[in-house]
Amino acid sequence: MKVLVPIKRVIDYNVKVRVKADHSGVDLANVKMAMNPFCEIAVEEAVRLKEKGVVSEIVAVSIGPKAAQEQLRTAMALGADRSILVETDEDVQPLGIAKALKAIVDEEKPELVILGKQAIDDDNNQTGQMLAALTGMPQGTFASEVNVEEGKVKVTREIDGGLQTVELKLPAVVTTDLRLNEPRYASLPNIMKAKKKPMDVKSPADLGVDMTPRVTIEKVETPAERKAGVMVGSVDELVDKLKNEAKVI
Amino acid sequence: MSVLVYAEHDNAALNKATLSVIAAAKEIGGDITVLVAGKGCNAVAEQAAKAEGVSKVLCADNDAYEHQLAENIAELVAEVGADYSHILAAATTTGKNFAPRAAALMDVAQISEISEVVDGDTFKRPIYAGNAIATVKCGDDKKVITVRPTSFDAVAEEGGSASVESCDVVKDAGISSFVGEELAKSDRPELASAEIVISGGRGMGNGDNFEILYKVADKLGAAVGASRAAVDAGFVPNDMQVGQTGKIVAPNLYMAVGISGAIQHLAGMKDSKVIVAINKDEEAPIFQVADYGLVADLFEAVPELDSKL
Repeated sequence: MKVLVPIKRVIDYNVKVRVKADHSGVDLANVKMAMNPFCEIAVEEAVRLKEKGVVSEIVAVSIGPKAAQEQLRTAMALGADRSILVETDEDVQPLGIAKALKAIVDEEKPELVILGKQAIDDDNNQTGQMLAALTGMPQGTFASEVNVEEGKVKVTREIDGGLQTVELKLPAVVTTDLRLNEPRYASLPNIMKAKKKPMDVKSPADLGVDMTPRVTIEKVETPAERKAGVMVGSVDELVDKLKNEAKVI
Repeated sequence: MSVLVYAEHDNAALNKATLSVIAAAKEIGGDITVLVAGKGCNAVAEQAAKAEGVSKVLCADNDAYEHQLAENIAELVAEVGADYSHILAAATTTGKNFAPRAAALMDVAQISEISEVVDGDTFKRPIYAGNAIATVKCGDDKKVITVRPTSFDAVAEEGGSASVESCDVVKDAGISSFVGEELAKSDRPELASAEIVISGGRGMGNGDNFEILYKVADKLGAAVGASRAAVDAGFVPNDMQVGQTGKIVAPNLYMAVGISGAIQHLAGMKDSKVIVAINKDEEAPIFQVADYGLVADLFEAVPELDSKL
């Protein structure tokens, strides 16, 4: 079966985020960018399914700037067979992305779409669910275990109280949570090989979808800082402060 | 304006997070209707009807809604929601699961985890793990929103007297089914709504060592959480995770034990009223957000704390 893995280029996990002085957004100039961590888990899961013989082809796709080619090359170095970049420099939002992905799904007809549950920049946690809605596929969100069976997939989901397992008819959308797997690192030979793997570049117009943003960002601010507290010298002092000063115990 | 609030529950009792969502709905304004979808969930509907500020409760009681499967709930919400200007759900794993799906079915945007209502079109929400707060304005005629429960003070559980109507919309997409669930059983309060939370990090060393936190928690009536590092190391299950990718908590007292304070963890707890940090590394970033910091070996400090409470 074919798997589609949508990925996103985001600010690197370890970079300290700074809000721009004009409050128009976050400063991304000269900042290290990387594949969204949840997307890495999605690629890894697809690769493991291929290694198990369940999956025959992995197609990575990204919607974003030209530079997102780097992340698609990374996905191919990790094991994706080919990739598609829908190139746009416009602000893209989950509904628009989901519409673009639906157009790709209609062309590629994957049996499984695996993507990260959220991107660590906008923290939206929407795209997978929206794609599932638009394609009429069932969804297994926040997955910690994925088992593909004949015509269906069993997904164990991380829910607030514990774990829930659902059975979905294929084709289906799965979004990844942290404990699904531990992504591998790309080896140097695989990075070299990935340079020769095919990458198809399209525009939103090629897909014929309306990706106009529905939400405008009016302002981005730095959150209120907590004021510095005090250091206590002993457990006794801590208990005393909590009882008599903060009055929380 | 008219607001539809989706109730979070386990078919037996209303989850407190819904009371915070109703509080957000009150700030938007207009009549508030609560939709309770489940199976045998009448008691929940009765409970929702008593909540402050609710004018009507719709109870959709059907097998298709028993396990909150997003495929069915999203279709229900998209149909029932047609009559409302705003549709709100808690930013829990239930709300996050169906709300984007319902929004896409209605061809509107979804606004995730709002922390403040500016007006009916404009909201504040944390982005970049809470390192920035965005003010966003939605141009769609219908707003589908998830609400961060800890950012809104819950409305009173009692005092309202809304009518309960049954909703006979049945949506069964037939593409997904419930297999089973393993819910953590604990006599301690729920992490997301506890007044006191004690969390352990990588410094705990292993899962067995969490026992010393459980002892203190039981004395204080606290919930126990963990950092992502502790979850990744396999010390404790993921449902205990506090942080950007786990639960967001804002208790009266948050005690971080053996937690260094990565930004992803701070994102989940920095709105707590009082923060205590116990860590042997005096350079740990957690001390920068702590009201009370204690540089100590947690294996000495925590048992001592336990003996002095």
